[in-house]
Amino acid sequence: MDNTLYLSSSPHIHSGETTERIMRLVIYALLPAAAVSLYFFGLPALKTLLICTLGCIAFEALANKLMKQPLTVKDGSGALTGILLALNMPASSAWWLSLLGAAVAILIGKMIYGGLGYNPFNPALVARVVLLISFPVQMTSWTAPAPLTTGIDAVTAATPLGEMKMSVMLTGKLPENLNSGMLDYFTGNMAGCLGEVSAIALLAGGLFLIYKKVITWHIPVSFIGTTLGVGAIFWLVDASKYPNPLFHLLTGGLILGAFFMATDMVTSPVTYQGMLIFGFGCGLLTILIRLFGGYPEGVSFAILLMNAATPLIDRYCRPKIYGQVEKA
Amino acid sequence: MDVKTFAGGLHPPDSKEYAKDKVIERCPLPDELVIPAAQHIGAPAEICVAAGDLVKKGQVIATAKGFVSVPIHASTSGEVIAVEPRLHPMGKLLPAVVIKPDGEDQWDESLQQQDPDQLDADALKKLIGQAGIVGMGGATFPAHVKLSPPEGKKIDTLILNGVECEPYLTADHRMMLEESERIIDGIKIVRKVLGLETAIIGIEINKPDAIEKLAKECAPHNIKVQPLKVQYPQGAEKQLIDACTGRQVPTGGLPMDCGVVVQNVGTCAAISDAIRLGRPLVERVATVTGPGIRNPKNLLIAVGTPLKHMLDQCDGLDGKPAKIIMGGPMMGQTQLSLDVPAIRGTSGLLIFREQDLPRKNAGPCIRCGRCISVCPIHLQPTTIAAYARLDRVDEAESYNALDCIECGCCTYICPATLPLVQSIRHIKGGIMAKRRKI
Repeated sequence: MDNTLYLSSSPHIHSGETTERIMRLVIYALLPAAAVSLYFFGLPALKTLLICTLGCIAFEALANKLMKQPLTVKDGSGALTGILLALNMPASSAWWLSLLGAAVAILIGKMIYGGLGYNPFNPALVARVVLLISFPVQMTSWTAPAPLTTGIDAVTAATPLGEMKMSVMLTGKLPENLNSGMLDYFTGNMAGCLGEVSAIALLAGGLFLIYKKVITWHIPVSFIGTTLGVGAIFWLVDASKYPNPLFHLLTGGLILGAFFMATDMVTSPVTYQGMLIFGFGCGLLTILIRLFGGYPEGVSFAILLMNAATPLIDRYCRPKIYGQVEKA
Repeated sequence: MDVKTFAGGLHPPDSKEYAKDKVIERCPLPDELVIPAAQHIGAPAEICVAAGDLVKKGQVIATAKGFVSVPIHASTSGEVIAVEPRLHPMGKLLPAVVIKPDGEDQWDESLQQQDPDQLDADALKKLIGQAGIVGMGGATFPAHVKLSPPEGKKIDTLILNGVECEPYLTADHRMMLEESERIIDGIKIVRKVLGLETAIIGIEINKPDAIEKLAKECAPHNIKVQPLKVQYPQGAEKQLIDACTGRQVPTGGLPMDCGVVVQNVGTCAAISDAIRLGRPLVERVATVTGPGIRNPKNLLIAVGTPLKHMLDQCDGLDGKPAKIIMGGPMMGQTQLSLDVPAIRGTSGLLIFREQDLPRKNAGPCIRCGRCISVCPIHLQPTTIAAYARLDRVDEAESYNALDCIECGCCTYICPATLPLVQSIRHIKGGIMAKRRKI
């Protein structure tokens, strides 16, 4: 008879919380946005989603094998990176572009540092930025949404942010029809990456994550609040040159970035105070790049730059501990 | 109801349904009592009996050594059959007195009943020390030391700990329901010793019957009952003080540094017995509970009763034990054997079977920050633990590792199932060793 008695230091019970569950919940939270992208962009979107997700899982398994590690794909983080990457790609991406993105995200963005938990930068964003810089034409070939119901073939179109940038660069003024499409922006009926189009689906997922206590409000609120606040200041200064805050909120990748990319636990600060600073930095950089940078969209660059600042933020943001009071 | 709490912590399933409705039952004496000389924080007592001696219940069998120490007493009348090292709950062989009960359970006639109203604070304090009273919540700090604040420390508040925030345990809960008179009497004695008026009993609201009963009975004595949120570690001294008074114990300091003394409710009942009946601390209530126990109970046991004997009173084990825990599941100590005796600080015996143990599958830290948000001291457990794994003592110290109260919230919540508090414990040892060297 086996009479093993376990000796261990307390505690002897556990909450049951697991890394796998956290990753699974984030994936669930992305499903509404993925569904909307399928509705608006159809089969090409499905192709991009599948190639990115399966590619990430496959590359992680390959890296595990090469690095003689136990298989880590079942923690779900690779699949999550794949979905996030897909949501950061144009719907009409070529298969090789998606596959290359998956390779960059997993191999260079994550496994080269040792795998989950050790990567300094958000892997999906590393891949997006590498692709954006290396293949600017392919990565900015947007298609106008063609809802499944209309049956129209995809046509090329610019993103609202792209239109804005072009117009400001050429004429010094915002395009005239800028504010006419707000409702379309809100529901996702505009050109853009797979996942940045539907504000409402992304918000639903983000709120689900906060409700489930997977993420806290600090980064999204600070990030979006700063973008809107600083955006509003510029808009008040000159409304003919700078778009209104609502436009900043509903177009581009702000909501996707603020709820799903900036909140990546591995690459963001661990304390609430640090999260607020991190979100503020993301917001400020986003607005500056959108209004004054060379690229129309700044969310990815802003988050990556703040990822780099995370160790520094963590170093200086320590919670005030219990008992730091004067002795009576 | 004005329910208070502290910042941080979490809420594990309280699992108190096993024993909370079980009336305290006196556990019959075992064939042999094993009474260790070390049962408290401070210097172990010095054994003053030898094999062959006949002892009476309540007779001193080991004398206090120094101020931070208490004497140990025989828990029943009988014959000392051995004075030898025996397996102690700490996991080591330590000196113990083994008594074979004579079945008479006769109290020592020299023990005197006293009226606390006729005694001054110093006399009361001395009697409390002589009776071997220690903190019965599990910390076993000698009560008379807590009641002797140094000159110049102004104590204005007495807090009674009726929180019992450890899951499973129900001993204090039953004490408050069944022995409220002795508890209140003890509180009045402690109040007199400290020369103060304000006394607050903190109780978690998962014990509404105890809150109601004590609130009613305490009202005429000007003792306040403070309902507290069910949140672990509400019963940790520092968190309890914060919740009840809004004050914080300065880092590195003691409750007296913010004008507070904390005593467990069970300790107060023991103090009442020590004065009014002249009876030293030789028995206590312990909860025998957990999914591995057939019939969980709250037992009144003689100090030195082997765990095996306590189990027998509860119809034994339901399945094979995988973990024997003395105390609660969050901070209790695992035991090597059921031959170990229950001592003055034993608030419970908890048995888990293989299937009740958590899955262990430590993965990498994903920096989710949950350990930081639940830490009741607001430390950064994952950072300290990372330094601990590398044995980087100075860095761990700079992150205030020594302030850790080892409540275990960080390990409990960690999705990567990392042994965070265990690593912190390890490096705390390293920091202390370094400080001794300097």
